[in-house]
Amino acid sequence: MSERRLADLLAMWRIRAFEEKVRQLRLEGPIVGSVHLCIGQEAIPVGACDALEPEDALFATYRGHGWALARGVPAEPLFAELLGRATGVNGGRGGSAYFTAAEYGFHGENSIVGAGAPIACGAALAGRHDGSNRVAVTVFGDGAMNQGAVHEAMNFAAAFDLPVVFVCENNRYSELTPIADMVRGGRLADRAAAYGMPGYRIDGNDAESVRFHVRDAVEVAREGGGPTLLECMTERIVGHYIGDAEAYRQPGEMERILRREPIARLREGLLADGVPAAEIDAVETRARTETEAAAAAALAAPLADPATVMEHLYA
Amino acid sequence: MPETTRKLSYGEAVNAALHRLMEELPETLVYGEDVGVPGGVFGVTRGLRKQYGERVFDTPISESAILGSAVGAAMMGRRPIVEIMWADFSLVALDQIVNQAANVRYVSGGRLTAPLTIRTQQGNGPGACAQHSQCLEALFLHVPGLRVCMPSTPQDAHDLLVAAVHSDDPVLVVENRTLYFGAKQEVTVGGPVPPAGGSRLRHEGSDATVVTWGAMTWRAVEAARTLAGEGIGVEVIETPWLNPFDTGAVVGSVRRTGRLAVVHEANVTGGFGAEVVARVAGAGVPLQAPPIRIGTPDVRMPAAPILAQALVPDAHRIAGEVRTLVRGGAR
Ligand SMILES: Cc1ncc(C[n+]2csc(CCOP(=O)(O)OP(=O)(O)O)c2C)c(N)n1
Repeated sequence: MSERRLADLLAMWRIRAFEEKVRQLRLEGPIVGSVHLCIGQEAIPVGACDALEPEDALFATYRGHGWALARGVPAEPLFAELLGRATGVNGGRGGSAYFTAAEYGFHGENSIVGAGAPIACGAALAGRHDGSNRVAVTVFGDGAMNQGAVHEAMNFAAAFDLPVVFVCENNRYSELTPIADMVRGGRLADRAAAYGMPGYRIDGNDAESVRFHVRDAVEVAREGGGPTLLECMTERIVGHYIGDAEAYRQPGEMERILRREPIARLREGLLADGVPAAEIDAVETRARTETEAAAAAALAAPLADPATVMEHLYA
Repeated sequence: MPETTRKLSYGEAVNAALHRLMEELPETLVYGEDVGVPGGVFGVTRGLRKQYGERVFDTPISESAILGSAVGAAMMGRRPIVEIMWADFSLVALDQIVNQAANVRYVSGGRLTAPLTIRTQQGNGPGACAQHSQCLEALFLHVPGLRVCMPSTPQDAHDLLVAAVHSDDPVLVVENRTLYFGAKQEVTVGGPVPPAGGSRLRHEGSDATVVTWGAMTWRAVEAARTLAGEGIGVEVIETPWLNPFDTGAVVGSVRRTGRLAVVHEANVTGGFGAEVVARVAGAGVPLQAPPIRIGTPDVRMPAAPILAQALVPDAHRIAGEVRTLVRGGAR
């Protein structure tokens, strides 16, 4: 039991260390442009990806670094992508908001809010016809629940019993605006009922709980039971993007958030179970060491070659 | 609002225009994602919510509802000014712009109108991804019934927005993200503004005419200065209004210079540059060299800055192509 939780901790630390390194590189300069971190939300990708098979298709958003890592994409080509290197996972074409690594079942981030949901329906539909028994998972924020595309996708998946798992990461904010100001109360998960599919609100800061629910939803989907909506309650500990002044935060909010953030919480649980602190801390050290090495290797790689810029436009 | 002259950045000039419009037109509403309490992701709508309360508000991330509601409110006599944070996101709600807003006046035989103003911004910036970089003006210019403008100075950022909101047509005002935080300039706020249309002479010269708009204006001017040093005179005409377009000024200039280059940030094929060339050709202007279009090659926009820089025209490339246009030689 504590074995699996230590594995979860390592997976979460890999994401946290990656993101903290990204923040450092963004502030120091080698990474430019808009970068959206998932610090505080690591338990969702870690729990969810554990419930997926290699043939399953995952569609994430611009806040998807953690999802790529949890799906098994190595850190080095991801760093390289952020740094505009030729060795980047997409050769510098995608950047932070468009990581794609289909060979890992990671079918891409997306920078248009809600756009991944209908695409996931198509991936699920294809699985019905190619005999792969694929499940498609689409990840989006609470704000994306107000996009027409997401509503259309939910109905589309439900009407055809498509094997789609809709994973909503409810971090309570859409950029700078609280979701509570933009919907008339209630649980976003309840919207599932309107489309005739199950919807659950779950603890998104507990990888075990996420794994349990995603596994369940994937099983139902794979057996022809159709889609499920999972509203994973979480918090981002950082701004919407690097540089966000976070003026919208309430006094005391961050202290409350930090008390229930997934890594600190899992650490406390492990300690309570009698796992020695040194063993727990070794996990962090390992993740940080690996991450530093990956970043250093990416920084040493050559920049993307402008002479190739027209490549990959057409077949 | 009394007429004053203030030193304002491009973004502040938009803000000043919004304040002015809120005061002089009580039917004005300002809304969009993060525009109210946060004051906009680029700070352009700062202070409006505090001053004008419910007439300024945040919306869900629902572009169809934002634009569709603006059509409806405009039909009922309001003057909505809605913000679409990045031009790329307008595509999520294209129906409301193309099939609905642009259609209302014509199909109702002029009985109904939808005088909404859509503010957005576009263009490439360092590290922007493929879905945050597109220059989409040609897409909207293809739609009859919709007016389009692209200011490039703080004064025009103020004036074009005021003209847009006073216009009885739906207007798309395409701002530029890289210009928002540029140098402050003297801006006359609160005074009369030119009506929609017209052009700006940004550099004089008699050997070639460069027609341009948006952020490319300043790169074209820089190129013209370089070429002036080499004895090549380039007339740079900025057309901040693309619809209505100042065909007369463009044709008149090309008649004087005998050469035409159109410079835009958008990719070349199907861009508005083709339309400008067609209008000059259609006017029967005798040319000393075939007209050229300078733009981004027809490709998606890569995220890596070193790749993007290889695509988006800069002053050096503009100068090189215009030099060849004037001096002749292989292109
Ligand atoms: C269609 C569209 N509209 C607006 C945006 C700008 N935008 C980017 S992220 C974001 C907030 C999304 O919030 P949420 O869905 O809750 O996801 P989170 O960022 O919290 O993960 C917005 C409005 C966009 N990228 N796409």
